[in-house]
Amino acid sequence: MKLTVWTYEGPPHVGAMRVATGMKGLHYVLHAPQGDTYADLLFTMIERRDHRPPVTYTTFQARDLGSDTASLFKQACQEAYDRFKPEAIIVGASCTAELIQDDPGGLAETMGLPVPVIPLELPSYQRKENFGADETFFQIVRHLAKPMEKTKRVSCNILGATALGFRHRDDIQEITNLLYELGIEVNVTAPMGATPSDIRRMGAAHFNVLLYPETGEAAARWCERNLNQPFTKVIPIGVSATRDFIAEVRTLSGATGQIDDRGLRQTWWTRSVDSTYLTGKRVFLFGDGTHVMTAARFARDEMGFEVAGLGCYNREMARPVRALAREYGLEALITDDYLEVERHIEALQPEMILGTQMERHIGKRLGIPCAVISAPVHVQDFPARYSPQMGFEGANVLFDTWVHPLVMGLEEHLLHMFREDFEFNDAAGPSHHGGHTPAASAHREPAFADEGPAPHAPRSISGEKETAAGGEVIWLDRAERELKKIPFFVRGKARRNTEKFAAEQGLREINLDTLYEAKAHFAR
Amino acid sequence: MTDQFAPPPAPGCRSAPVLKQRGQREVFCGLTGIIWLHRKIQDAFFLVVGSRTCAHLLQSAAGVMIFAEPRFGTAILEESDLAGLNDAHAELDRTVEQLLARRPDIRQLFLVGSCPSEVIKLDLSRAAERLTQQFAPSVRVLEYSGSGIETTFTQGEDACLAAMVPVLPESAARELLVVGALPDVVEDQMLSLLEDLGVGPVRVLPARSVEDEVGIGPNTVFALTQPFLSETHAALTRRGARPIAAPFPFGEEGTTAWLAAIAVEFGVSDARFAEVTEAPRRRARQAIAQASEPLRGKSIFFFPDSQLEVPLARFLTRECGMSAIEVGMPYIHDAIHGPDLDLLPQGPQISEGQDVDLQLDRCRAARPDLTVCGLGLANPLEAEGLSTKWAIELVFTPVHFYEQAGDLAALFARPLRRKSILEVAAE
Repeated sequence: MKLTVWTYEGPPHVGAMRVATGMKGLHYVLHAPQGDTYADLLFTMIERRDHRPPVTYTTFQARDLGSDTASLFKQACQEAYDRFKPEAIIVGASCTAELIQDDPGGLAETMGLPVPVIPLELPSYQRKENFGADETFFQIVRHLAKPMEKTKRVSCNILGATALGFRHRDDIQEITNLLYELGIEVNVTAPMGATPSDIRRMGAAHFNVLLYPETGEAAARWCERNLNQPFTKVIPIGVSATRDFIAEVRTLSGATGQIDDRGLRQTWWTRSVDSTYLTGKRVFLFGDGTHVMTAARFARDEMGFEVAGLGCYNREMARPVRALAREYGLEALITDDYLEVERHIEALQPEMILGTQMERHIGKRLGIPCAVISAPVHVQDFPARYSPQMGFEGANVLFDTWVHPLVMGLEEHLLHMFREDFEFNDAAGPSHHGGHTPAASAHREPAFADEGPAPHAPRSISGEKETAAGGEVIWLDRAERELKKIPFFVRGKARRNTEKFAAEQGLREINLDTLYEAKAHFAR
Repeated sequence: MTDQFAPPPAPGCRSAPVLKQRGQREVFCGLTGIIWLHRKIQDAFFLVVGSRTCAHLLQSAAGVMIFAEPRFGTAILEESDLAGLNDAHAELDRTVEQLLARRPDIRQLFLVGSCPSEVIKLDLSRAAERLTQQFAPSVRVLEYSGSGIETTFTQGEDACLAAMVPVLPESAARELLVVGALPDVVEDQMLSLLEDLGVGPVRVLPARSVEDEVGIGPNTVFALTQPFLSETHAALTRRGARPIAAPFPFGEEGTTAWLAAIAVEFGVSDARFAEVTEAPRRRARQAIAQASEPLRGKSIFFFPDSQLEVPLARFLTRECGMSAIEVGMPYIHDAIHGPDLDLLPQGPQISEGQDVDLQLDRCRAARPDLTVCGLGLANPLEAEGLSTKWAIELVFTPVHFYEQAGDLAALFARPLRRKSILEVAAE
């Protein structure tokens, strides 16, 4: 049993739904109780899809358990076929149905449906959402794709994009355009947008472009072995990675088309003098392995940040993430325990978090700016505008997205100039960043810790921790007044560093000297 | 006391034939109730004993990731827990110890059963007894089932409240117990109305904290504020308490009828009743008249979801000028829903349970002006040109009693108003 407050990944059948919902002409018959139908809203609300996911749930109830849940499954399966007439059906069980062991795959097979029925084995008590998507796509490809004659012109498949994926919609468009410029045709994009008939003709491509190893690697490996299709290993997130990706594609395809990168602004934007303040910003990265690894490179080599820590929540990626962390002189945090991530960030005190929607909440609580680089997704991760993460336009998007939470830093000199201004005080908070100021108390209170003020209410930050430090180290009046002159967005850090310094020195009181000695001590 | 209203229709929908279908249901399970219950009962923690799916549901269903550390969580069953139940109990004890050590402020812990815990027959009542002994008196441990094989959406609250009834102390006092989790602001309005009527003492279930709880007994009379509390109704009756049957307090008519039933029970004079209710009734009428403008003459179709469908259909047809095409309920309980069904004019198809695909066919054929449904269906129906109202908002928003009657009408009017002001239709 594992105590969990928030989860980074859903159960594996939600991964299977991401594949089914991304595809067309495929139907998923899921042996599951009625509550599991909540998963529909992930697609209709978070991704704002205008169709119900192509999923039929058997929605068995307690009273069915004693009688015949198996025939309920068969009936649901038959009705789903009759109503939706899919080209292929995938069948499986959710966590509860797994326990009653009805064997949906076996049952569906005996029904003699006139379309391929693909059984899924997704162990709900061991694996999670990404595995579910990866395994489902792999099974669909394994059942439907066959070796065949390659297309005359060099072509590839793009693998891994699913429904509810983090910016998959726009990445696919960006990479499809890039391949087109190189002179390579896209044979099939799958799972997203593909029908079962498309999967059947995947074998005609010369090679595969794997964009999302989390959800497409098993299929890519199978195609490599069985369809004689090598696949790309570089994920084109960031400018250097995109150039490496182009080189890799050229090697695999012999393509010689020239790429037009005049739309790439990121490389100049980071060199523009207003970006100087980005230098050496300490960032912590957390998310799925692929996005974290690509973001680390972009953060250090293309934004000039210092990577202060990194990790991922999907254990499947633990090995490469650990290896990368070692290259950066760090130890990777591999965990799916949200509270552990929070403790880690609290201890590390980075100047920025590049994480998931979950870390955004941690950032909010701790007063640390955060930009989102990875799933799990949220309605905000489906913007109306075009905003890929991949390719050259993706690099532009990353620059904007990452700089946005830090934009106060751009005005650092203005803050110094105006800090005594009556209209520009701590209580007013940054005008455009209400959500990023920390909660009134960053300290966990014993009672009702979740009763924090509304996210948009302006809050005094100078008052924070006044009581938290009580009993240990005392701030003398002058030191306290001096502390208040420090711009509020670094004041929390200055306070913590000074208290830490004082504690290390065995001091009971903090005076003006302690404050500046601590500043010198922590100066980098 | 309830003059000024149209007389009850004869016949109402109580005796109307009910369409019962069995097929795929598109509803949340009872775990969803934790999302509002944990806000209401402020010293309680809800620990779901279930799977990753349960944790994912709680996180996704209401988009509630707004709290740094909520007062609910999931003990996720793993492969090893399925092997032997003794080990699962030991694991549960360990998890609870870990949790309570982390949250010393917790006074009540609810172990919440789920589909997987029920299927493997993990006996949470045994666990709750054992853990109560271990942690008494600082923490009380109760259990209930929020599983999707037993409960539908709002039934989770019912199961939770029903679990609290047996441990309430015995009392011989003549008291009114008002049952159902309401937002604090609404609860306070209700208490002040009852106080002005001279009814009292009034107690509420669930209480905001374990200290506020009161006793019940044969002199307790109780009134439900939510139409999904049938198990709690039964549990209270078993303790000797007596129910006051009434329509639910939605809209001016419902609120007045609900208060009137209590007033009769407590011998409040007609004059006093009129004096206390006159001003808020007038305000409610005004607010409804304004807010319901876009609703007049429009048709409505309810998918079964929150269990509020019948009282809301009554409010919308009798006070907002709508006509109901179909009123679906997850289940119908005559003693509880009867008074509202009596007031609902015959005409709409009353349905119980669901085969979602067949019901969608009926809805598409009827093309109602407004469809009340769950979040999974709303956008797909909007894309087909139908206006929808998500049912879940009805359980998160203050909608009961006089001062919210206008807001309640406005909740339904907003999708129609929105559609009429947006220039470019979605493709």
